[in-house]
Amino acid sequence: MFKRGGKLIILVVLILILLILNLLLGSVKIPVNDTLSILFGDRSNEIFSNIILKSRLPQALVAIVAGAGLAVSGLQMQTIFRNPLAGPSVLGISNGASLGVAMVVLMSSSLAGVSLSRMGYVGDAAISVAAIIGSLAVMALIVYIARKVKGNVTLLIIGVMIGYLVTAIVGVLKFFSSEEDVKAYVVWGLGSFARVSGDQMLLFVTMMILLLPLSFLLVKSLNLMLLGDDYAKNLGLNVSRARTLVILNSGVLVAIVTAYCGPIMFIGLAVPHLCRALFKSSDHKVLVPATMLAGAALALLCSLVARMPGFEGALPVNSVTALIGAPIIASVIFRRRKENDGE
Amino acid sequence: METVTLMNLSIGYKTKHSVKEVAKNINASLKSGLLTCLIGPNGIGKSTLLKTLCAFQPKLDGEVYIDGKSISSYTDKEFSKKVGVVLTHRPQIQNMTVEELVSLGRSPYTGFWGKLEDEDRQIINAAIKQIGIESLKDRMIQTLSDGERQKVMIAKAIAQQTPIICLDEPTAFLDFPSKIETMQLLKRLCKESNKTIFLSTHDLELTLQIADRIWLMQKGSIFVGTPKELAESGELSAFIEREGITFDKSLLRVIIKR
Repeated sequence: MFKRGGKLIILVVLILILLILNLLLGSVKIPVNDTLSILFGDRSNEIFSNIILKSRLPQALVAIVAGAGLAVSGLQMQTIFRNPLAGPSVLGISNGASLGVAMVVLMSSSLAGVSLSRMGYVGDAAISVAAIIGSLAVMALIVYIARKVKGNVTLLIIGVMIGYLVTAIVGVLKFFSSEEDVKAYVVWGLGSFARVSGDQMLLFVTMMILLLPLSFLLVKSLNLMLLGDDYAKNLGLNVSRARTLVILNSGVLVAIVTAYCGPIMFIGLAVPHLCRALFKSSDHKVLVPATMLAGAALALLCSLVARMPGFEGALPVNSVTALIGAPIIASVIFRRRKENDGE
Repeated sequence: METVTLMNLSIGYKTKHSVKEVAKNINASLKSGLLTCLIGPNGIGKSTLLKTLCAFQPKLDGEVYIDGKSISSYTDKEFSKKVGVVLTHRPQIQNMTVEELVSLGRSPYTGFWGKLEDEDRQIINAAIKQIGIESLKDRMIQTLSDGERQKVMIAKAIAQQTPIICLDEPTAFLDFPSKIETMQLLKRLCKESNKTIFLSTHDLELTLQIADRIWLMQKGSIFVGTPKELAESGELSAFIEREGITFDKSLLRVIIKR
């Protein structure tokens, strides 16, 4: 078997391969030579270079940073709640994003008289801003509660309840909205790595590249929190501060990814399990980089499947992540149970 | 040497609206090199007292001095170098080796990234050796028996290099041989390293045979002494004896009438 460093390198190679496949495959067939020359600056074929540089490359970059962010955020949530089913959506943070988007998309026509779904670029920016505001608002509430309550389970239940509450409000909003706006909202909810482009894409990728390394700063705290709050405190950790920092880090990552790609399911839940099984470790020095790489790879794979010839880019990312993610979780948990029973 | 001193301590739970006092006027002390065991009936406040000494919950009144300094003046970091803790319930951890877990005992001393230096590694190896779990070193925590796991947590506390170690019912879920082995191990640690070891337990007869000193917690008071002293003064009989059960003071044994 490969050592941990070797496995990380394999993941990097896997990302590169998937990246290349993402550039090569799609509904329009572009020869390998042309793809390479376009990447190295040749603009002679305008249609091909537009497809590669304005569609496939941005989409792949978005998938990489979004997958990495969601996966590491899921890892952090699972560790602090010591709950294998925790994921980025568990604290209602992505529901908060949905609420923000629902407010803007569903209420714009009745309040301002303009249907956002028809506004194109400006509409997209408004959606991203609304999603960030919505999820950060829910996160602020959660952090406030986290400082008040002691138990993690209490916090988890409150988070799930906030999620239900937000879903209910969205339901009410939907009831009073036009069919067209509801459709726009539903489409956002399906998730997509292709929604952002141009300057927005650059802004998103830059933000993620700045934010992702912050997760490494929490490695020691996360390792101690594996032992439970009491042991962690006894080993010198300020548990309440550490918990707040982890929720902030994880929450901001989810907020931004959800704002730009919609609520992407399963990557945050599945990848940490996959990495624990793959690396046979619970050390966050290994797991943080591992989940980032594996998250990026899985997102690239999903993006690739969603764009396979025949689907014409119409297959929603969430369906693909669930189709790939659900069997992974099930098999990992099943295998772990078998291992434990065997002992 | 006295390492922990309790003066007029009262313990319990405080919320915004109410104060629930579990025990008060506790005066007692712990000495280094001695194994001190806390016994008493269920619900009398043993866990609360232990949690208070481990700084998991604040005291209500009075004072606890740890190495001559008030417990409330310690930061988490300073305290983590004074008192090591072993709890009853095993942590639910998957995919962590014994060695990695013992290494976490070095956390108060390692830097921001938790990187282990050569000196840390030596201390970790020494702790593993002292507890006698070298053969388990590379095993995953989830594959250990309860007894083995408790030893690993004790090794963690050794690696933490605290002069004081508090254990909350460390023998609760163990089979009888493991109970004896764990208690003997703790006794040996006291003597070898001159540590102050304090633990709560319900394993009465075992405790009476092995403990250097006993804290017997009863309603409204706490009795401190060697097992012999508490037997002579009749406090142990008062705690143990009831219909059908007597206590033999000279043999330190519980006798059940048939």
